[in-house]
Amino acid sequence: MKRYEFFPHTADVKFKAYGGTMEEAFSNAALALTKIMVEPDNVGAETEEMIEVESEDEKALLYDFLERFLVLFEVNGFLMHSVKELEIEKEDKFRLKAIVEGDDNLSRYEPETHIKAITYQEMEVFEKDGKWLVQVVPDI
Amino acid sequence: MEKNNIEIKKISDVSWEIPKEGDMNVPCRVYASEILLEKMKQDRTLKQGKDMAHLPGIYKYSIIMPDGHQGYGFPIGGVAALDHEKGGISPGGIGYDINCGVRLLKSDMDAEEVKPKIKELLDKIMNYCPAGLGGSNIKVQEDQINGILENGAKWAVENGYGNEDDMEHCEENGHMEQADPKEISSTAKQRGKKQVATLGSGNHFLEVQYVDEVFDEEVAKKFGLEKGKVVFMIHCGSRGLGHQVCSDYLREMERAFPEIVHKLPDRELIYAPAGSELAERYFKAMSAAANFAWCNRHVLGHQLRLAVKDILGNESLKTVYDVAHNIAKLEEHEIEGEKKKVFVHRKGATRAFGPGREEIPEVYRETGQPIILPGSMGTASYVLVGTNKGMEETFGSTAHGAGRLMSRHEALKKYRGEKVVKDLGEKGIQVKGASWKGIAEEASGAYKDVDEVVRVSNEADIGKMVVKLKPLGVVKG
Repeated sequence: MKRYEFFPHTADVKFKAYGGTMEEAFSNAALALTKIMVEPDNVGAETEEMIEVESEDEKALLYDFLERFLVLFEVNGFLMHSVKELEIEKEDKFRLKAIVEGDDNLSRYEPETHIKAITYQEMEVFEKDGKWLVQVVPDI
Repeated sequence: MEKNNIEIKKISDVSWEIPKEGDMNVPCRVYASEILLEKMKQDRTLKQGKDMAHLPGIYKYSIIMPDGHQGYGFPIGGVAALDHEKGGISPGGIGYDINCGVRLLKSDMDAEEVKPKIKELLDKIMNYCPAGLGGSNIKVQEDQINGILENGAKWAVENGYGNEDDMEHCEENGHMEQADPKEISSTAKQRGKKQVATLGSGNHFLEVQYVDEVFDEEVAKKFGLEKGKVVFMIHCGSRGLGHQVCSDYLREMERAFPEIVHKLPDRELIYAPAGSELAERYFKAMSAAANFAWCNRHVLGHQLRLAVKDILGNESLKTVYDVAHNIAKLEEHEIEGEKKKVFVHRKGATRAFGPGREEIPEVYRETGQPIILPGSMGTASYVLVGTNKGMEETFGSTAHGAGRLMSRHEALKKYRGEKVVKDLGEKGIQVKGASWKGIAEEASGAYKDVDEVVRVSNEADIGKMVVKLKPLGVVKG
């Protein structure tokens, strides 16, 4: 099964990411988001970053989680190679904890596209027949 | 899909109305020719125009401008005026790039003088005005960021970038008084720190142009625009700082008002009700982010002057005007025979105040304000002037540019950056860009026809044509 794929969208890009669990689909969404900037496979696993977010529902969780990558990129120059660990807990709210591997030495890479923001436009997070699908249209 | 079944009534050759239905508080007004309207029907633009009409305290109608296209919550090219007591303020009605805008500088040079040195000039501009994902030449500390957020262009002038005259020729004189840096998260400040005086990427650019055609001699003279003379256009915004401010408040409003989220057709329309603490805080934060953008364009204008002086030995650059096209303003408008205070949201729309408004610089008060409409890469741009009709019909607003037609993905399939640069070169337009991909994505074929957008604005009398500008060279963000 494909981990993620891209679709045309006026002014922007749209991607869908898949997984057997919500955690896997979210991890693949992080890969797809990185792919807009650089090929994640070409990024070294030089350093780790911890991500923790708490949100009121699934879509807000995806929004908050992916936004962390934009902040890590612009503030620390961090690009992701892969998601090492990712856990989602659901109580009254959703809590996500992740450890991601990547590189904060930006001079080694040539990201071409800049992502301004995550948006809720056409966002989907759902499970069907034991498979999870998430869809995101970032603002670029 | 729903988007194709929207009922729309013709008002004139250039205006249409979607009647009020369901939970819409007002109808939706669309300014478009048949050609432009057909394009809007292809995506969610009209649906989003209807969605805007659900906002509380909205007056008259929600508005879609001729360059309108699908956005988030609001369409790009959306205008909505919400009552300052019964309405609210919506970050999605302003956009992620707060105070994305355009500055136009004029010069006394003839196009023929500049042409032979255009390549050198563009190289120099690229050195002084970093494009793409590159960091800034100007390093600022956290306390300086606060100064920028509080004072905008004023900070720039106090720190040796640009002058008072530039400031007087900016919307809001380049700074919004109510700005409060305390309302901006440290994450947003960190995102902005390395980005002062950078163009950024996407559709942002700095263009060397000349006045190709004059439609209104008298107004052009007032604006200081003369046929054949070289002008410079800077298009950029508040970069990562503004994006983070929009996102922070969108999320905070969602958390604070879950009952509003449930009632809205799109959660990105979330707003803070007028009079709430959050509405006040967001307005202060948005104003501070707007100041960051004005400071950016101000410093870029200064850097541009250095490049022009180095290569051409010319020091005549003066700011014509600087307009914001992603912003909300507290303004007074005459509505149903009464003066009312409203939050006018302009998302991908330009303020287009007509004659007499005290917000515009004195020198333009008789004619109405200059409106700067950038075209897509390598095509024409325009300067328009605000009208009385616009004050009556659109809360003093018009379009903001060409408006996207094709996705970046499609553009990448259709165009190659190298070819785009070569073709434009053959037409006498030099292009420098941070990346080939960025250039392909911004190929002019991926945009609506700016001439058609301007024609509609002119015919609807919400922004009248003054001059047409043609590019000599582009530095693409």
